[in-house]
Amino acid sequence: MSPMLHSILAFVQTWWVELLCAVLIVLVVPLAASYIVLVERKVMADMQARLGPMRVGPHGLLQPIADALKLLIKEDLIPDNADQFIFWLAPVLSMTAVLTSMGAVAIGPWFQVARDINIGLLFVVGVGALGPFGIVLGGWASNNHYSIIGALRSTAQLISYETAAGFALVSGFLLAGTLNVRAIVETQRTDQAWYVFLAPVGFFTYLIASIAETNRVPFDLPEAESELVAGYMTEYSGFRWSLYFLAEYANMIVVASVGTTLFLGGWLRPFSNVRWLAGLDAAPTLLLAAGGAYCVFRAGKQPARVQSMFMWAVAFGCFVVAVIFTLALPFSHLPLERMHDGLYGAFWFLLKVSAYIYIFMWLRFTLPRFRFDQLMRLGWHILIPLALVNVADVGIALALSSEFGINRWVAMVITTAATLGAAMLLLHWNDKYSAAASAALLADSSIAEDTHAG
Amino acid sequence: MPPAYIPLLLFSLLVLAFPVVTLIVFKYLRPGSRGGPAKFQPYECGILPETSTRGRYFARFYIIAMLFMILNVETIFLFPWAVLFRGWLAAHLAAFALLPMFVFLGVLLVGYVWLYKKGALDLA
Repeated sequence: MSPMLHSILAFVQTWWVELLCAVLIVLVVPLAASYIVLVERKVMADMQARLGPMRVGPHGLLQPIADALKLLIKEDLIPDNADQFIFWLAPVLSMTAVLTSMGAVAIGPWFQVARDINIGLLFVVGVGALGPFGIVLGGWASNNHYSIIGALRSTAQLISYETAAGFALVSGFLLAGTLNVRAIVETQRTDQAWYVFLAPVGFFTYLIASIAETNRVPFDLPEAESELVAGYMTEYSGFRWSLYFLAEYANMIVVASVGTTLFLGGWLRPFSNVRWLAGLDAAPTLLLAAGGAYCVFRAGKQPARVQSMFMWAVAFGCFVVAVIFTLALPFSHLPLERMHDGLYGAFWFLLKVSAYIYIFMWLRFTLPRFRFDQLMRLGWHILIPLALVNVADVGIALALSSEFGINRWVAMVITTAATLGAAMLLLHWNDKYSAAASAALLADSSIAEDTHAG
Repeated sequence: MPPAYIPLLLFSLLVLAFPVVTLIVFKYLRPGSRGGPAKFQPYECGILPETSTRGRYFARFYIIAMLFMILNVETIFLFPWAVLFRGWLAAHLAAFALLPMFVFLGVLLVGYVWLYKKGALDLA
């Protein structure tokens, strides 16, 4: 055996778990992102009392695959005026930044590409922050007025809310005392509290900022269809467009994972320290079995034979995974038992991430869009100072409970009340201020003539 | 480079390969492009663009970018403090842990109020 082959083998032997995770993430996350699109369309349809996609596969379950195929073979245009190389590079950059930041996210205690890197979430946030480059470069390279206005708006929005999100994350790091993903979750286990309960203002600031960072309603100004065609994506078609789209939805997964890890207890089961609630471990099996039973029930009612076969296949998959979950329970005395933490951790983590993403969708179909100046005012005038005050207050709460022995929940309630008082003051000042600003804006009508005013 | 970063490096290469390889492979698999020169004009709702897009932009965007630079660097200063904070509290150094950062946040707040008064935070 040649020495090179030998060293490659040794390398694979050392890192095979991580490499497997890497391949799985690259394969599964784009697929998951496209299925989130389907779920979103279904949720939208449900909220608007209609059916949503129903044609491709049973209940439209194969729609994302059909869409992906369509986009892959669709005509691929690069406008003559565009900067060819940057036009090509921008969507690739967006996608790469988002997927790379998935590398440090831990889906359950076992499933993580970069194990135990001590910068953990800082890596996720830092690499994820490269995403706006893809957007601003794409908008600039398209050489289209709509694109550039969309790109400028988008960049201004993303960087404004990134600051607020950063401060909100600091309040969580104060409680966790580490950036390492695994250690953050373990600290929440030993603290016996998810940090959303100890730093509620931090969590909600992060929630709002993360919606803005993923360009979603009510902050979807960059893509405001009625004003800017499609914002920075106007000139993009086919697979390049779908790269931007995938990047946006994968980014939802990333921000939801960060929020879940830091504030919602990561892969911990709810009440993970309460012995008599250990029955919650049966939840994944029961949920999957119920899903499989529903598929069996629906299989007979499908109009075509292919569709009912597909339903049977889904049901079979559900039952197999349910059996795996059952065999991994600690009393089964099977080799699978060693995978218990990884499997159940992944289940709870993904459940929380799904709930987080569901909130995004729910808001999308509930709220109207902000105007651009309102959006920037919310970010700069309210969220950033609020997040700053919250960092100080969480610090004070921790110091109070460690120095003076005050119960941490009491300290939390006092400081949260202080933070909310600060928020009320900010809102009050801002109302007075914005009334004056609107009056000034109405008086100065020359702004409306500036086509690049964003 | 610490060994834990090696899989991360390979992962980022793999991630980069995903869009690049798909773009290149499907360039040859998809049907060719048809259509006249109008198709390659910028899409501005059917109206031919009269001005270049490489023009002047609303200056507020530059201010926003500058403020972002400043504030995000402040965030980075807060990260190591936040990580070490509970260790200091455990060592009963609460005053040492809190006061310097409060001075820092205070300076930041003064600058923020100044920006607010100057109207640098309004994009309208």
